[in-house]
Amino acid sequence: MKKFERFEGVVAPLDRANVDTDLIIPKQFLKSIKRTGFGVNLFDELRYLDEGQPGQDCSQRPLNPEFVLNQPRYQGAEVLLARRNFGCGSSREHAPWALEDFGFKVVVAPSFADIFYNNAFKNGILLITMAEEEVDRLFAEVDANEGYQRDVDLEHQRVITPGGEILEFEVDAFRKHCLLNGLDDIGITLQDEDAIRSFEEKHRQQRPWLFRQPA
Amino acid sequence: MSGQTLYDKLWNQHLVKQRDDGTALIYIDRQLLHEVTSPQAFEGLRLAKRKPWRLDANLATPDHNVPTTLKERAEGNSGIKDPVSLIQVQTLDDNCVEYGIEEFKINDPRQGIVHVVGPEQGATLPGMTVVCGDSHTATHGAFGALAHGIGTSEVEHVLATQCLLAQKMKNMQVRVEGELGLGVTAKDVVLAIIGKIGTAGGTGYAIEFAGSAIESLSMEGRMTVCNMAIEAGARVGLIAVDDTTIDYLAKRPFAPTEAQWEAAVADWRNLVSDADAHFDKVVTLKAEEIEPQVSWGTSPEMVTGISGQVPDPQAALDETVQRSHARALEYMGLQANQKITDIKLDKVFIGSCTNSRIEDLREAAKVAKGNKVADSIKLAMVVPGSGLVKRQAEAEGLDKIFIEAGFEWREPGCSMCLAMNADKLGAGEHCASTSNRNFEGRQGYGGRTHLVSPAMAAAAAIAGHFVDVRTLPANDATHAQEA
Repeated sequence: MKKFERFEGVVAPLDRANVDTDLIIPKQFLKSIKRTGFGVNLFDELRYLDEGQPGQDCSQRPLNPEFVLNQPRYQGAEVLLARRNFGCGSSREHAPWALEDFGFKVVVAPSFADIFYNNAFKNGILLITMAEEEVDRLFAEVDANEGYQRDVDLEHQRVITPGGEILEFEVDAFRKHCLLNGLDDIGITLQDEDAIRSFEEKHRQQRPWLFRQPA
Repeated sequence: MSGQTLYDKLWNQHLVKQRDDGTALIYIDRQLLHEVTSPQAFEGLRLAKRKPWRLDANLATPDHNVPTTLKERAEGNSGIKDPVSLIQVQTLDDNCVEYGIEEFKINDPRQGIVHVVGPEQGATLPGMTVVCGDSHTATHGAFGALAHGIGTSEVEHVLATQCLLAQKMKNMQVRVEGELGLGVTAKDVVLAIIGKIGTAGGTGYAIEFAGSAIESLSMEGRMTVCNMAIEAGARVGLIAVDDTTIDYLAKRPFAPTEAQWEAAVADWRNLVSDADAHFDKVVTLKAEEIEPQVSWGTSPEMVTGISGQVPDPQAALDETVQRSHARALEYMGLQANQKITDIKLDKVFIGSCTNSRIEDLREAAKVAKGNKVADSIKLAMVVPGSGLVKRQAEAEGLDKIFIEAGFEWREPGCSMCLAMNADKLGAGEHCASTSNRNFEGRQGYGGRTHLVSPAMAAAAAIAGHFVDVRTLPANDATHAQEA
């Protein structure tokens, strides 16, 4: 995982509540056995006017001009501004893979679904939860200012507006540490290998049926 | 100090290490694997030169991509026409062979939807932690197991370490008290709960379902309820262990036997919330007030009773909700204030990890018996949850009832719940579906899903539009208690 560094990025607004992971990446693209290449199919059903197929050359497909990510002013966006319960539904990690592959580093929303929250951080995407009123205000600001950017500073847990206003946000210490250092969880967990082995032994003695295989 | 909830007990029994930063290492007893969310996890393991920690904790079966017609299935993997799907199923087979993980392959009679197969085999037991790269893993909580969906990075993490990094959730209790009316099933209960608390109502919580109406449900019904906890935003749904749980598990292949069975049962009896346990949130519903449910929109919370109507978006209090409702109506091709019973259907799907177990098929068959699918219905299909469910249904003659009524009787798999195989809706088609998600495009590009119970789906197939299953002549046969 890449280290998460401070950056200034264009903000794109997706004004829709309960964006589910089926909408982020439709099921036909889940047939891939790779982790990469999902970016061209991010929000496929909103982004294109036809039905997408895996492995297709998307450069020839008709774009939906109404969709926010197709508008010239949001090209190169790295921050996605969203509404409540973003990422609900299926546990598919293809959703953060698609967001990351497209170029998003941060999603800001009033709330996120639990499984998506875990999956995003494991792929280096920072999710920032902000109060509903704050998010409303951001939508208005983004709409009013073309090329609206945000300076995202994870280390100091703050976002700085073009006008210099500082907004602080909460993020749990472990996830922040992993993001800033680009750490892979498995390596960290295996540092506790002995603790896992001794737990497992005790667990097996107490509840041997949990380890049983059919005859 | 107050007592412990069932969730607290399960958490404490699996806590390997609590870290100072608020995260914890939790031991995982069972991981279920399928073809869609596991290939990248095995690849990650291979690249890092790591080995699975404990092979026998894993059980695999292909389900999402498999075709469901007998003709295709007769050919095994080579019957999968879509080359991309074939690679995915083949990759699961190859990974299971390479690492020595038990797999029920495509034509093994034990193959099926992971969330049907695990419980059916007794591979899900009370007191276990169960994970799978699939959000409907909440299903297994019906057994008093701590079960939830995970992403592919976490699948790899569990393969490599037998643990998950987790943060403890809050406790919510949803109580459904009283007796369910005739024709009102577990599916209606959970849809009514989602309608009440919303799709984000359970975010951050483990939900324990309790109360007399929940206690009266069979294991199949309890699995239906826990299955859709995720549609209420909760990764975990739970139901306390009782005689119903224990009776279901006796003599299942992976269940303990003899002296170990006795010890296990004694231990499982403790898997209930203490009387003085503290819940951060409690929600109560009256069973008598729940009628058969039908979803009208593009989120499971957009649901109402069969006697209801499509809401007027303008009537919503919140502007975001108004816009969501307006967009949903446009996508669904419905009018504000339209009666639910006036919604005409094109297809009917009975299946999925929510409603493809034997009891579900029995309920649908009771309604279908002696009737015919309406001419206006292009396709009505029944997809059993596993090869063993299919076999049981055939032993009871349910397949004949469905076929005579004009339903297609298919081979087990996820099928049209998410349309990763050839079973899908065409653009604009309305479907009465016993699955769990009515998201845009979920059952096919432009498809319009209405979530209902198996009995309601069968009744809709016969009428060609939604009808109140309680008004059918055989309504006493669909009593939730009886099946």
